[in-house]
Amino acid sequence: MTDARAAASLTQYARSFEAGAHVVAAVFLDGAPTLALADGAVLIGEPGEQKRAAAHPDGAILTTVSDGRTLITGGDDGRVVVTRNDGASQEIADEKGRWIDALAMRGKACAWSAGKQVRARDEAGTVKSWSAPTTARGLAFQLKGYRLAVTHYNGATLWFPKVDGAPQTLEWKGAHLDATFSPDGRFLVTSMQENALHGWRLADSRNMRMTGYPAKTRSLSWSHDGQWLATSGADAAVVWPFKDKDGPMGKAPRECGVREARVTRVAFHPKALVVAVGYADGAVLLCRLADGAEIPVRDPGAGAVSALSWDAAGARLLFGLESGAAGLLNLPS
Amino acid sequence: MAADPFQKQEMDRVTTSHEPEKIPVTVLTGYLGAGKTTLLNRILSEPHGKRYAVVVNEFGEIGIDNELVVGADEEVFEMNNGCICCTVRGDLIRIIEGLMKRKGRFDAIIVETTGLADPAPVAQTFFVDEDVREAARLDAVVTVADAKWLAQRLRDAPEAKNQIAFADVIIINKTDLVSPGELREVEARIRAINPYALLHRAKNCDVPIAEVLERRAFDLDRILDIEPDFLVADDHDHDHDHDHGDEHHHHGLKHYHDEDIQSVAVRLEGDVDPAKFMPWINQVTQEQGPNILRCKGIVAMKGDPKRFVFQGVHMMLDGDSQREWKPNEKRESKVVFIGRDLAEDDIRNGFLACAA
Repeated sequence: MTDARAAASLTQYARSFEAGAHVVAAVFLDGAPTLALADGAVLIGEPGEQKRAAAHPDGAILTTVSDGRTLITGGDDGRVVVTRNDGASQEIADEKGRWIDALAMRGKACAWSAGKQVRARDEAGTVKSWSAPTTARGLAFQLKGYRLAVTHYNGATLWFPKVDGAPQTLEWKGAHLDATFSPDGRFLVTSMQENALHGWRLADSRNMRMTGYPAKTRSLSWSHDGQWLATSGADAAVVWPFKDKDGPMGKAPRECGVREARVTRVAFHPKALVVAVGYADGAVLLCRLADGAEIPVRDPGAGAVSALSWDAAGARLLFGLESGAAGLLNLPS
Repeated sequence: MAADPFQKQEMDRVTTSHEPEKIPVTVLTGYLGAGKTTLLNRILSEPHGKRYAVVVNEFGEIGIDNELVVGADEEVFEMNNGCICCTVRGDLIRIIEGLMKRKGRFDAIIVETTGLADPAPVAQTFFVDEDVREAARLDAVVTVADAKWLAQRLRDAPEAKNQIAFADVIIINKTDLVSPGELREVEARIRAINPYALLHRAKNCDVPIAEVLERRAFDLDRILDIEPDFLVADDHDHDHDHDHGDEHHHHGLKHYHDEDIQSVAVRLEGDVDPAKFMPWINQVTQEQGPNILRCKGIVAMKGDPKRFVFQGVHMMLDGDSQREWKPNEKRESKVVFIGRDLAEDDIRNGFLACAA
């Protein structure tokens, strides 16, 4: 990042292109920039030479998850589809028209939900089902063990798909949306309907409340060292410290990239304590956690940033907007 | 929001609610068997050139092929904000978020609720959830009532009564199954609960679609006239006999005073003092919020050349300065509350005490 720090702006290194539809997610598949679109297509490749994979020909992509090699998409056609960087798509589940609301993956295992129905598919392809008490809104695999967190109304449930018996429920009043485990596996964090985050320390189920957001948090990103959690939902990226045994309890978060626009997406750099921040006005900037230094990547315009992602090396940043505008930043070497 | 429903940020949000690109949402209620699905099929099959995304509770009841039919689970969530009547439809928030990804593929959304549903959580979703509020606007609550069975339902089903009390538009369906006298009776019962809704008589829900959709009933700009609507529009096909045509006049209505749900309307000649009115409306909606189903009002604030208008659902309020009072218009203030077991005298005296 030394070169990036020296530059006053990176906008001239960001190449703009038109994705053609609301961008739902940005990922890199074996290095190939890839956008999942609300018109059901997956756009793969360098700007100008992209392939379009019709992952959901009659539907919209609602949710995605990726491990950097494959992209799993869930659509309003009720299908769960795996797409690789050669554009080959394969359906792995069909919930008969019921919207796929959430996805998770770990290794060759994946999970999806449609309404209350949650299904987990292991490496061997065996599918197990569990019914959440209310609509499942977020799914996340724990890093160790085949265990899935499912968020719902009034809490989250930890489900071992291979183990019979009652799953463990973590209760907290309110509707829980997205879910993420801390990289060290000690904490489960959820975003909530009430413009707040909730966390549980798994060792003792202790509750953590992270409040003060003016809007819902719908983007969560962990730093490479696992010590920070960047979040959207305020007029800055709100970054919570998770280094200590109590996590963020009793601590104030850092704020990065304060602007007069709502942060809609955040993505931590995979190797440095730098967070990419996307805003409701279309701006994208990089912000260094240590001193708050900011570098513009995209000027405001064309609507809200809806997708933001680094490649594995941290050399390229891919972003997309609700309006269908998109861009790819190549950091100067 | 619970602590101060009329806070500044609420009003700021109101001023942004007139953006044209917001998707209108019509909520369709009605007790079991009243004819909601008939009306829905009618809306979808008529050649009006509009495309609707439809949120239904039971797949398969819709006889029309529509690419955007979404199954819902009608999940009512309490908001974790200390306000007991502040409930929202969690599934609707999720569905509207998903539908907005397909913007451009539909012009409006219709939400069909189950026969036993309370319309309040649906309406409140549009007050409470900022993402929903930015993307969509509540157009109207349309209630289908069964001419033959409504009177009985009003006695034994509180849900049916709520649906009538909450409605902006009421379709009295299956009028061909009752005598003119019975029809008059059911209209009087409806009016006793809700004198403000637009009333339509129909067989097979044969009302003009324009009378059901695009009503803008929740738009503050449209709170122009909150006089009771005693006129009944007859939307029957005009090839049938008009033997009950002379019964449209409202002087024929019997007056029922419904035992628990009623409306309270108070008029105040001249101006009100905003320093008295604002705390009062806050207090009324806080204290009686659980019992207040709907409220609206046009208020002449002292020293303000513009009309102040508000409307609300339970404890939630929207308010804004509207147009200027016209030179020949009498400055007067009027508030209307529809609710259950309302403390009528308290409301009346409280409002009159706000006089400037």
